[in-house]
Order: sequence, then structure tokens, then C-alpha cells
Amino acid sequence: MSSHQISVTINGEEHTREVEARLLLVHFIREELGLTGTHIGCDTTSCGACTVLLNGVPAKSCTVFAVAADGAEVTTVEGLGNGGLHPVQQGFTEKHGLQCGFCTPGMMLTSKALLEENPDPSEAEIRWGISGNLCRCTGYVNIVRAVQRASELMKENSDG
Amino acid sequence: MIPPSFDYHAPDTLEEASRLLLANPEAKLLAGGHSLIPMMRFRLAEPAALVDLRRIPGLSGIREEGGSLCIGAMTCESALEKSDLVQSRYPLLADTTRVIADPVVRNLATVGGNVAHADPGNDHPATMLAYRASFVASGPSGRRTIAASDFFTGPFSTCLEEGEILTEIRIPEAGPGSGGAYQKFERKVGDYAVAAVAVQLQLDGGRVAGAGVALTNVGLTAIQAGAAEAALVGSDGGDAALDAAAEAAAAAADPADDHRGSADYKRAVVRVLTHRAASSALARAREAS
Repeated sequence: MSSHQISVTINGEEHTREVEARLLLVHFIREELGLTGTHIGCDTTSCGACTVLLNGVPAKSCTVFAVAADGAEVTTVEGLGNGGLHPVQQGFTEKHGLQCGFCTPGMMLTSKALLEENPDPSEAEIRWGISGNLCRCTGYVNIVRAVQRASELMKENSDG
Repeated sequence: MIPPSFDYHAPDTLEEASRLLLANPEAKLLAGGHSLIPMMRFRLAEPAALVDLRRIPGLSGIREEGGSLCIGAMTCESALEKSDLVQSRYPLLADTTRVIADPVVRNLATVGGNVAHADPGNDHPATMLAYRASFVASGPSGRRTIAASDFFTGPFSTCLEEGEILTEIRIPEAGPGSGGAYQKFERKVGDYAVAAVAVQLQLDGGRVAGAGVALTNVGLTAIQAGAAEAALVGSDGGDAALDAAAEAAAAAADPADDHRGSADYKRAVVRVLTHRAASSALARAREAS
């Protein structure tokens, strides 16, 4: 068993901690740092509730060791809006892109990365893009509308 | 679920990684971790140490060189999806990477990990067999190149020796008249295949001059279906040849009854998927002629 000093920048703030090698990134985020917006759903790399942006790309934080994230930049749902609501959060709010809300943080982070890469996705591309994030409420119709609305808002922002 | 304790190493060189593997016989390599970490959480794997490859330079990238498409072992699946080279010239590989797990997993899961983990349910092994790919391994006694057909020795087993590390995958460079396709039948996004079929064809003057056919998750390893390849080679790619190849592939499958279906059902799936994959591969090869 080994422990290691790691520094991870989460939502722009660097955190240095001594961690056991087996500590998972999701537990580091939730338990060491108290950022409980990142959820644990299936615990088996299937559902995507624990999705964070790891160096800008969506990653299932239940399947990354914290020690392997040493030096990384992580964005969680707490860091999504910068003072106000991010267009993705605004889209989910306006289009009611959630029912119970458990999948929502992961859903929004995946959607943010999707829209940055493809600002005007078709419905099929959105469904494909979020296929690694499961909504047990099956609220996909409104989630897709929310991502479409976020796409409009992001375009308006960049035009303005 | 918390994985068991282990010692963690993140060496800067392949030599150091090899040395750590030799010094710790119970150690495992960590690449993207998307097979290994779930296995550790289920306590199906309890390695005493992990040797993380992430700090070793030069293990990621996609390029054509010396007659091959060279893919670094640590290249993630999403990089294949985003590669214009792969998308435009290697349709079998492009098909395959798109159906591995799900988009979020593909951001971290690596091509080398998918190959070296040698899960019979993994998708790259069949694709590499159909491509006649080879694998470069680095170890205590230097580098060697291994044909895909020699690599997979059993479920989760390869011919890699102690201290050897897969560093690169080499696929013969796509030429005029080549094309391929991967057809996977899965119950839902992210699941392993009920069955899947990889077909790679080379046309010459309208006839099939070379064929690779391999099967996923219908045996203890990915299976190269030699009789199906023979049924295609020399043919004009007409229905009779495709039917014969499909029958031969179904006969080469050695599936088990499980929660994804009965052995007979899976053989029937292989038959249908082989027909579809060969048909799509032919169309693509004609387009590239």
C-alpha cells in the first residue's frame, strides 16, 4: 500500500493532499474536498453520474484513481457557472431537462464538452453524445431539448 | 466499492516500467484503467502494484509510417474517432472504435489496453486479426513485433512475456481497393457484443484478392475465421460468396450459452453480421478503388 502527495486543480483552485493510491477521484472530490455535486450512481463505470471534466474532457471519476489525476485540471458541476448560470445550466432550467436531478451534473458536463466541440449538433448527435450518461427517470426528451436550448444560448452569447 | 490496496508507480521510461514489472510479479500495468479499475472494484483483480504508463512519453499518437498505420498503445479511443486519417482511410477501425463502451469511457480507454487486456468481449482483437495487424512490445530483452494471430493465447491472456509492454499497434497501410467494416450487435450502448464481426477486404480488378474475417465474443479469444476468408478470396463478392462466408463464419464461432443468448442464437447472429460486414466492406473497397 502506498500513499502519495497529489495536487489537483479543481474549478480553478489547486488542492494538495496526501492520498492512498486506491482512493478514487470521485471520493477525493466528494469526501476530501466536500464537493458533493458529483454523484455516485452505478459505481461500475456505466451510468456517468460521476462525470467530471478531466483536462477538459468528460471522464467517469469513479474509474480514475486520484493519484493518476495528479497535476490535472478538473471541472465539476460546482465550477460550471462562473458566478451565474452556464448556458447549459440555463438550458436545463428552461426546458426542464431533469426529473429527479441525479444524473444532471454529469449530463450537463458531458453536454458542455459536446457543444464546445460541435456547437450545433443534430438531435441524433446529442443522443449519441450523451449515450454514456444514463437517466433512470428516462427524461431524455427534455434533456435533448435542454441541450438544443443551450446550443442556441451559446451561439447567442458568441454572436453578442 | 473500494478497490484493494496496492503500491502505485508512475515511471518516466519504458525501461523503468519493465524493471518494476519484473520486480513485482503481482503488478499490473495501468493504461486508461477502464477495464482494470472496475475489475479491481469487484475484486476480480487484486494486483499488489500498479505501474501507470501515463508519464512515459511517445506512447500516444496516430501516423502512417513505413507502410503501416502506427497507433501508440496509450492512444485513447476518442482520438481514433476524431482522426481524419482513421475516418477517411480505415473504415473497419473507425467502425470499431465507435461501438466500444460509450463516448465518456472512450475519452480515457486506450487502444493498447483494449488489445492487451485480451477480454474475448473486447472489440479491437477481432479487428486487428482481420487487418493482419502486428503489435510492438518492449521488454527486458529489447523490442519485438508480434503478429496479431500469435498474440491472443486465451481469455485475458497474451503471449507477452514478464516485463514486456505493448507499445504500438501496426495496421497495414490502406491502399487502393481496400475496405472494411465492423458489425456489432449489442443489447445497449456500452455492453459487450452478443456477437460482432470484423471484415477487411482487398480488391484487385473487381475480384477479392485478400480477405480478413474475425469474430468477437463467440469464443475464448477473438476468432480468425479462415474458412470464411477462403470463401471470399477469388470471388467477385457476389451473393453466393457472401452466403458461403457467412455460413463458414457461423461454423467457426464457438459461443457459450449465457445471458446474452444461446450458442445457436449467437451463431445465427454471426451469420447475419458476417453477411452485412462483408457487404459493407465490399462497397467501401469499391469506393476506394
